[in-house]
Amino acid sequence: MSSSITVTSHPSVQYLLRIGDTCLILAQRLAEWSGHAPIVEEDIALSNMALDLVGQARAVLTRTGAMEAELGGEAHDEDQLAFLRDERDFRNCTIVELPRGDFALTMLRICALAIFLKLLWQRLEGSADEELAAIAGKAVKEARYHQEHSSGWVVRLGDGTAESTLRTKAALELLWPYVAEIFEADAIDDAAAGIGLGPRWADLQDEWRREFGTVLSAAGLELPAERAFLSTGKAGRHSEHLGYVLAEMQFLQRAYPGGVW
Amino acid sequence: MSPAVTPGTIPGPPAEPMARGREKNEWPLWEVFVRSKAGLDHKHCGSLHAADPQMAIQLARDVYTRRQEGTSVWVVRSDQITASDPGDKPSYFDPMEDKVYRHPSFYALPKSLDHM
Repeated sequence: MSSSITVTSHPSVQYLLRIGDTCLILAQRLAEWSGHAPIVEEDIALSNMALDLVGQARAVLTRTGAMEAELGGEAHDEDQLAFLRDERDFRNCTIVELPRGDFALTMLRICALAIFLKLLWQRLEGSADEELAAIAGKAVKEARYHQEHSSGWVVRLGDGTAESTLRTKAALELLWPYVAEIFEADAIDDAAAGIGLGPRWADLQDEWRREFGTVLSAAGLELPAERAFLSTGKAGRHSEHLGYVLAEMQFLQRAYPGGVW
Repeated sequence: MSPAVTPGTIPGPPAEPMARGREKNEWPLWEVFVRSKAGLDHKHCGSLHAADPQMAIQLARDVYTRRQEGTSVWVVRSDQITASDPGDKPSYFDPMEDKVYRHPSFYALPKSLDHM
């Protein structure tokens, strides 16, 4: 088995890992639909979105590994960062690692994340880091489409049959406690905002609530009340689900180091 | 071809439960037309099932333009297309076989116009 790497704890590196890992783990969850979606057209649509997110994760992780070297640490490539880090070194928001769920949960989660990522990429287009700004310029178009596609489904399902409404409500109840973490401010966000690398995620919350609330109200649903619970994936303390995602995602590179096809 | 209808009776809904079940459970079929470049025509490239026009456009984008095939997409509900009857082919299209004079190349042009 290939041994694990450790990533530098510099706030800029951590900030980028949060973005790259959130895209990467959401992509893994969406990829679980390949061959299983309710209709073949939607199967392709979900795989397309997963591949967009993999592309974003690759670009951001590549930049992250290069930045490590610029900051005096050891350089890593995208594959090392994706396949050779342990669970505690992943910095994704907890919401993306939750199990795939049903189609309602899938669409609601894509919608919530696409709106967030769109707002984030929009700000990152003005990043002081030119490469990150360029990545954001490409990614923001993809996020816009993910938002359009998923919000269409959220409205259709939320305002659909008795069964689909019930499932969409249940999905909202299940996901909602994990939303707060996305916008929780901390020192890493402050540092990134201070040097112009990217926005504090907390600063995106009002706009996110407006846009997500608009989709929900078109679906006949409402933004739930805030909860005291706060998940901690961005700090590396994950739910019990991430380990299984990584076991599946990393197995091949751990068992056959450097394997390619 | 028109179904056999007894004069004086009004045809009811289809009798077989299968046909009615399919009608209820399946999303309508849409024909997809993709334009590959500005200035070119939209070309028919296939069909798909979707519940509404918005979904049809999105799925057409996802299914038929994922390898950069398109810059614009049209969708049309398949049941809105009126098609010629295959049984009419002999009377509709075969008579054109011997009308070569309808092609411009049938006519010899004067030498001075040879490069037209």
